[in-house]
Amino acid sequence: MSEVAELKGWTDGADAIVYQSCDACRYIWYFHRAFCPSCGDASPQTHRASGRGTVYAATVVRRAATPETKAHVPYAILLVDLAEGFRIMAHGNADLNLGDSIAIEFRPFAGLRTPYAVRAV
Amino acid sequence: MSFISGVGLTAFGRHEGRSTLDLMSEAAEAALSDAGLKRRDIDGLLTGYSTTMPHLMLATVFAEHFGILPSYAHAIQVGGATGLAMAMLAHELVEAGVAKTILVVAGENRLTGQARDSAMSTLAQVGHPDYEVPLGPTIPAYYGLLASRYMHDYGLTKEDMAEFAVLMRQHAMLHPGAQFRDPITVAEVLASREISSPLKLLDCCPVSDGGAAFIISRAPVSDHHVRVLGCGQAHLHQHVTAARSLSDVGAAVAMERARKKAGVDPRAIKYAGIYDSFTITLAILIEELGLAPRGGSAARVRNGDFGINGALPLNTHGGLLSYGHCGCGGAMAHLVETQLQMTGRAGVRQVRDASLALLHGDGGVMSSHISMFLERVR
Repeated sequence: MSEVAELKGWTDGADAIVYQSCDACRYIWYFHRAFCPSCGDASPQTHRASGRGTVYAATVVRRAATPETKAHVPYAILLVDLAEGFRIMAHGNADLNLGDSIAIEFRPFAGLRTPYAVRAV
Repeated sequence: MSFISGVGLTAFGRHEGRSTLDLMSEAAEAALSDAGLKRRDIDGLLTGYSTTMPHLMLATVFAEHFGILPSYAHAIQVGGATGLAMAMLAHELVEAGVAKTILVVAGENRLTGQARDSAMSTLAQVGHPDYEVPLGPTIPAYYGLLASRYMHDYGLTKEDMAEFAVLMRQHAMLHPGAQFRDPITVAEVLASREISSPLKLLDCCPVSDGGAAFIISRAPVSDHHVRVLGCGQAHLHQHVTAARSLSDVGAAVAMERARKKAGVDPRAIKYAGIYDSFTITLAILIEELGLAPRGGSAARVRNGDFGINGALPLNTHGGLLSYGHCGCGGAMAHLVETQLQMTGRAGVRQVRDASLALLHGDGGVMSSHISMFLERVR
């Protein structure tokens, strides 16, 4: 395994967003797989994202469903388009609007460190 | 060719002490009775799933419990689209000659069979287990995301969405089986507590107990001659994060496939049964299906077009928003109501002409889509 393939993202406990790309068809995606979901190529590349992006959609959750998440209410959930060309779900400041430029940080949420968008400076 | 030959629907709401199998049985008995059939006449059985009674083989469990010996039976799962997916499958099975008379049934004590938080947590699992669910999204949060983008792109407002909640309530007030029958206003929808912005409590369908069933047969077995003309599906994503678009989600693709099978002009439909888990769901689906221009569905509500006396009556039983939502049976209520309208049996809710109808359902976060055209024969 190459060093690049061992990059870890926040779902594996690292403070990072990682994504994959396909050399064969140039497709870029977020949810980790051992193959390209566009063309089936078996050698996707894994990269670390810059964490820079734009807010695509936003909601503020006021009614949560588990004891762990209720402790955080209200919390904003965003869809963020990252500069590298893929979309992620993240938390973020509740005053962010669609189209705002953001940078991703990592903050504790319900036992994990999860992506959190703050206004880019 | 297949016909919706019988329908059964329980009241939705609280059915304290009644199980999934109880509610399925009540609906199935009603559908059989409506079709004038006996248990021995059923040779095919399709069921959905129940979150309060997870089982690997719900169809066989129900067959044994209810007392039928089908030559074809299994359950399917497509989230909220399950009801229409079962209807489509029954239609295709009948057309293929696999079975002659299929019972489609679903039911669940989703409200009283578990804690509210438990229901919300279970449903949120349609999200991605690694990349979405750890962030604590709820089903209203997924749809709140959709709503925020749709409002941004097409100028839809909170007031626009509230119109759909009010319309569904007006219809439910005329149905004794509806979960919510007290009148509401746009102002009251806007003043209801926010669940996940921009969605308020009254923008969201409730959790309900209930059951629904229908008989789909190769030939009419009663005076109810409602024919399935054609069905289509589309599945463009599962997770909202991976959706290619939040406004072209697959509804139009599914409808176009159904249209080709049915050979009808969608502009000619007289009645519509459209999935309405949230007010935003209804607005997006109506607009993507072309029943109103983008951002223009609420104007048609205000014009009275989707009312019982309007040009295109919509969900005249009150929809998921006010009749209620018991899981797989939720969208089946739309089909039951459509069949009643098409056969002139909707009582005080009867519309003038329901001779050609479009049904559309979605599951997940606008993930799975099923469209179906029905026509009244004679």
